[in-house]
Amino acid sequence: MKRIGLKLAIAATIATLVSAVPAGAGDSPAVRNCTWCHGANAQGYTVAPRLAGQRPQYTLNQIRSFHDHTRDNPFSRQYMWNAVAALNPDTARDLANYFASIAPKPANDGDSALAAKGKRIFMEGVPEANIVSCYACHGPNGEGIRDIPRLGGLAYFYVKARLEQWNKGYHSTAGSPMPLVASHLGPDEIEALASYLSFVN
Amino acid sequence: MATLGLCFAVLTSILATALCQSARAQERKAPAVGGFESKLEYCKTCHGLSGQGYLGYFPMPRLAGQQPEYIEAQLRAFIERRRSNPVMFNVAHVLSPSMISALANHFYHLNPPPSDGAPRRAVALGKQIFEEGLPESNVPACSACHGEDGHGQHEIPRLAGQLYPYMVGQLTGWSKERGQGTAVDTSAIMAPTAHNLTRSQVEAVAAYVSNLR
Repeated sequence: MKRIGLKLAIAATIATLVSAVPAGAGDSPAVRNCTWCHGANAQGYTVAPRLAGQRPQYTLNQIRSFHDHTRDNPFSRQYMWNAVAALNPDTARDLANYFASIAPKPANDGDSALAAKGKRIFMEGVPEANIVSCYACHGPNGEGIRDIPRLGGLAYFYVKARLEQWNKGYHSTAGSPMPLVASHLGPDEIEALASYLSFVN
Repeated sequence: MATLGLCFAVLTSILATALCQSARAQERKAPAVGGFESKLEYCKTCHGLSGQGYLGYFPMPRLAGQQPEYIEAQLRAFIERRRSNPVMFNVAHVLSPSMISALANHFYHLNPPPSDGAPRRAVALGKQIFEEGLPESNVPACSACHGEDGHGQHEIPRLAGQLYPYMVGQLTGWSKERGQGTAVDTSAIMAPTAHNLTRSQVEAVAAYVSNLR
């Protein structure tokens, strides 16, 4: 517990120190502060999701929801709340635009045997089980639009965790339909969706 | 490598903490699948919690205040592929006739305010087209069938408060989506009118009706 506290303190200090520096360039301290966990070129690393190619309005909304503590799942509380605490709105916007400009690479880390099932749920939903089609909002290749996030190519672990968290009552952006959407997804559907999406280019 | 190791150690510790915390959140109980409440919630996931419509990757139309006969006719058109929409085909084909009429009746009685978002500049032209039509282009007044208030009647849909992008999409792509196959349906009535409107006239009408209550 102490070790985590120390590391968070270090991370928060770094965030404070670099937030005054404008983002916009790949090697700026503000960008490096993100890619430290979000991976080289912001392609994602273990539990930290890929930011590359993400819709800038979505990224900005998430930064805001970490800042306001409305996105309150355990990783958000433990890491992102501190990470964005000292981020000013201009830097946040620059970072969101910068990461959006990087070409995203698919994680390809799901179970390929489940990809066909996942694709079917993504495109058609399961009307008998009141599972809605993901495609209607996230687009044919999960590319997202406006403040609706790109899902195509996100890591298996991340998509699975997010879908599970809505079901457990964690909050995200106010007004999001996702708690309702996820409430009908069982473990099998979540695994299939997370697997399929990890391969989408 | 040392950096990655440190990062991984931090993340692993966080994961352990996270697992301990997950029991704190409240699980949400969904209504039983198969019942009216659950299906209604399913519709509202995409069409908005008050049936006010929602902008996803595609615009999902407002159903609030919509004429029940229109909703029923469109759901049949999706099922019979006269109106091509792969998502709505899947949605519609599992709905029983009694469920359809219960859902349509529920949405008819909702009355949320229109969602703002249409450009304002063309509203005056839109009002003129809506009330008088464009005689020189063979466009009749919309109000002749959809009513002065744009609330529609029977199979003629309510337009009042409809989402601007949805209106534009439907009127500019009328014959690509509706009236498919060989069977003639009521969508044929609108085809020449939609065709005779220019893009900017479509936008004007859409802007006007999207603000009607």
